[in-house]
Amino acid sequence: MAILADENTRVIVQGITGREATSFTKDMIDYGTRVVAGITPGKGGQRVHGIPVYDTVRQALREHPAEAAVISVPPALVKGAVLESLENGITLAVVVSERVPRKDTIEFLEAAKARNARVIGPNTLGLISPGKVRLGMAGGPAADVRKAYMPGPVGIASRSGGMTTEIANLLTTRGIGQSTCIGIGGDPVVGSNFLDLIPLFDRDPETKVVVLFSEPGGVVEEKLSELVMAQKFSIPIIGFIAGRFVDNMPGVRFGHAATIVEGNRGSTRSKIEMFRKAGIHVAESFSDIADIAKRYL
Amino acid sequence: MRLLEYESKRILEKYRIPLPAGRLVALGEILKIDKPVMLKAQIPIGGRGKAGGILEASDTEDARQKISHLLQSNLRGYIPKSVYMEEKKAVKQEFFMGVTYDTVAKAPLAIFSPAGGIDIEELAQKQPELVCKEHFTVASRLPLHRAREIVAETGISGKLLLGLSPLLSKLADVFLDYDATVVEINPLGLMDDGQLVALDCHMEIDDDAVFRHADIASMEKDTGRVEGEKRMSDFERKASEINDLDHRGVAGRMIEFDGNLGLIIGGGGASLTAFDAIRAHGGRPANYCEIGGNPSVLKVKELTKLILSKPGVNKIAVIMNVVSNTRVDLVARGIVKGILESGKNPARTVAVFRIPGAWEEEGFKILSKYGIPIQGRTVSIDEAARIATKNSD
Repeated sequence: MAILADENTRVIVQGITGREATSFTKDMIDYGTRVVAGITPGKGGQRVHGIPVYDTVRQALREHPAEAAVISVPPALVKGAVLESLENGITLAVVVSERVPRKDTIEFLEAAKARNARVIGPNTLGLISPGKVRLGMAGGPAADVRKAYMPGPVGIASRSGGMTTEIANLLTTRGIGQSTCIGIGGDPVVGSNFLDLIPLFDRDPETKVVVLFSEPGGVVEEKLSELVMAQKFSIPIIGFIAGRFVDNMPGVRFGHAATIVEGNRGSTRSKIEMFRKAGIHVAESFSDIADIAKRYL
Repeated sequence: MRLLEYESKRILEKYRIPLPAGRLVALGEILKIDKPVMLKAQIPIGGRGKAGGILEASDTEDARQKISHLLQSNLRGYIPKSVYMEEKKAVKQEFFMGVTYDTVAKAPLAIFSPAGGIDIEELAQKQPELVCKEHFTVASRLPLHRAREIVAETGISGKLLLGLSPLLSKLADVFLDYDATVVEINPLGLMDDGQLVALDCHMEIDDDAVFRHADIASMEKDTGRVEGEKRMSDFERKASEINDLDHRGVAGRMIEFDGNLGLIIGGGGASLTAFDAIRAHGGRPANYCEIGGNPSVLKVKELTKLILSKPGVNKIAVIMNVVSNTRVDLVARGIVKGILESGKNPARTVAVFRIPGAWEEEGFKILSKYGIPIQGRTVSIDEAARIATKNSD
């Protein structure tokens, strides 16, 4: 089993005629994802890689029922696109777009919560359940995804899209497969953070251990540690925290918008300390991730 | 984007949040002062008082001297471009009022405390009963009754409750209407005459939402509003110029360090990982950088030359995560060209080249031609860092 999406998940792509979306739509289809329709207002009637394009989500879903939407539209249009999908019954929205105003993110997350729908992103490369489905552009062309990912028992959740593939690649080259691999998005507020995803992995019978890739900034790792200490989950967790040198550079923003140490908040030192206290395995070097994972397989 | 105090206060004024009488004063302006004033340097940092950016003046001559002193001061790296002069108020009690996002709960958070003028996070830990924090939603905003509930939780009642609650509700409106990520009035003062006034205000606007606020966008464009110390080194500025050579990919987000091993690393998460790993193996990086997207050969070449131009830097480590949209061959070509144009030998200059992924075979061909060993996807980032460190001496 995989979490969030599998080979049966039917997918629409909002903004399908855009350059980036056109390219990742092809990669998704090549990987076996069931892309059923695309939406670009004003471009209804066209086709992208054989996929029919509609003007509205309602029209698309009338002809092609679907559960998931991958959204790649300009930042100012993201809120509307997510709301349109949610209002038409989509239960999983993967928001690839970057630079979405934070208030808009919060607003569509409020709507998603009210409808019991789940959002991944914004600013995510998407997710992959190896051998089953790929939503978004994680891993690039299908041939490259097959090289880096293989099915198996390790779940991955990462604050960096590129490192999602890197971790999968490390595990695959050591003969360890993955259940579902999620780039959660690089923004300070994302629809599904570690706290939201760990319970799903915990309930998934196939996933035996979860790897988290963290960076400086935010307090989600600290909160997660508290929940682990309160024994809310039983699944073993491996945490890799990159950017230890950033602790000495408060106020400097690194690759992702959320990667910033403000005062004492968000330092890697505090995250590592809390992880250790909670019994989350801290991988000291990147290769350690694979060695620790092996102990649970 | 952090607003200056007077910019924030102009916004509060629109929402009829009471302020002390005040205005900006210019250097050399003819002033006449008949009662004590506060002179406040307009710089975008907290703790201005401690940094010496807030002074009191009692008469005209005193004010003139202090204004010119402030405008020539270097306050934690900032040189004030303006001074805000405000009437001095006799304050009976100070409150804290703020709105921000709780990024874990993914909701706006209103915060109130009857003990203002302090570090609110510290107070919340030491005396949690003095701080009330409650979530609200963008859709429902923070209506007056919710604001009243929050203020009342801290034990405030009577006229003070009726005075404070509307201010908190209005502050939430400011927060939402302006796409702020933080708005704080700290302190909010209770005067002897019973009036409540916002003595200081800290407001930050979401950089990704500036496009829909014409007034904020024009502040952002005004390069004269803030003068920071030269924060970039020459090396860093040159890297940023290289990044601007064309719009393809990112190759120049650079921070200078004083080591001997040049780094061309990317993307965001992998750069953090590689940098840590090199230090853990005892390597001494000459720089941090993040390349990503699909940078042109030109950019990578120029960046390589820039790094090799640093005194003492003779080796470059090239490390990225498994790439999908960056082309390995283009990076390889840029690196080799940069090394050749620097008059060096590629095989002896590259401490490690580890970028697996898109167009890797083409990239590996280029590397082989110049005798550079290839590290494929089975070599992890930290193994690559170990190899680089070993080869850097």
